[in-house]
Amino acid sequence: MFRVTRRYEFAASHRLHSQALSEDENRSLYGKCNNPHGHGHNYVVEVSVRGPLDTATGQAVAIGVLDALVRREVVAPFDHRNLNREVAVFGEIVPTSENLGVEICRRLKRNWAQSFPGEWPKLEKIRIGETPRNIFEVRADEIE
Amino acid sequence: MVITRKVEFSASHVCRDSRLSDEENQRIYGMAANPHGHGHNYVVEVSLEGQPDPVTGMVLDLKELKAILEREIVEPYDHRFLNYEVPPFDRQVPTTENIALDIWRRLEPRLSEGGRKLHGVRVYETPDLFVDYFGETTCSA
Repeated sequence: MFRVTRRYEFAASHRLHSQALSEDENRSLYGKCNNPHGHGHNYVVEVSVRGPLDTATGQAVAIGVLDALVRREVVAPFDHRNLNREVAVFGEIVPTSENLGVEICRRLKRNWAQSFPGEWPKLEKIRIGETPRNIFEVRADEIE
Repeated sequence: MVITRKVEFSASHVCRDSRLSDEENQRIYGMAANPHGHGHNYVVEVSLEGQPDPVTGMVLDLKELKAILEREIVEPYDHRFLNYEVPPFDRQVPTTENIALDIWRRLEPRLSEGGRKLHGVRVYETPDLFVDYFGETTCSA
C-alpha cells in the first residue's frame, strides 16, 4: 500500500469574524485576524492519497488526474480570492484554516468518484498550512 | 519508537513504457515521458521502529544507519540515469512509487533485525510530490 502526497499552493485573503459574536468578542477572540479589511496568506495544501501499486503503470495514483481535480475544485476557486466574499460557504461560516480544511476535503470527496471511479485510490487526508507554523490536518473519513 | 534519517541523491530518469505509444505514455506520465529523460534531487526519509538499547540508549547507532543508507541507496542511485544504470529500472518504470518500493527491498533485510523493523520509506521526487511506503499491508480503507 502506498501513500502519495502532492503539495499545492494558493494565495487568498480572509477575515475571521463570527456573526454569532459581538464586535468586542470577535476582536478579543481573533485579534489581528479580525481586522475589518481582512489580510492574506500563501496557503499550502497537501493532499494524501492511498492505494496499491498499478503494476502496469508503476503508479498508485495518476498524478495528472489528481492535479486536474485539485486545481479545478480548490486552487482555481480559492487562488487570489477574498474567501469571505467570493467563496460562498465562507459567507456563512468563518474561514479559519480548520473550516477551510474541512471544505477542501469535502470538495475533493464530493468529486472523487468522477475522477477516480475504481475502488482505489482513496483520498486519505489533507493538510493545510496558512503559514509554515500552523498546520491543520483533516482525515477524509472524519467528514461526511 | 520510530527514528528517521534522511539522505539525498540526484538522478535522472524517464517514465515511459516502451510497449505503449507516445500518446499513451504522454497521457500516463505527462512531461516525465520525455524520451531523453530529466532529473531530480531526490530526498529519502527512512524510518526505523524499535526500542532504545538499555546500555547505549539508541535504537540503532546513527553512524551505522548512515553507512547502510550510503551503501544501499546513495552509492547505487546517486548521479545515475536510473533506467540505464540501476536495476530493476531497466524493466520497471522508475516512478516515485517504484523507487520507494525498490529502496524498501534494498533496506528491509539490512534493517529489520535485532528487534528493529523498517517502518517506512518516504521518497520526495520534488518538494511537491512524495510517496510513503510501509511494506506489504492489506488493502483496508
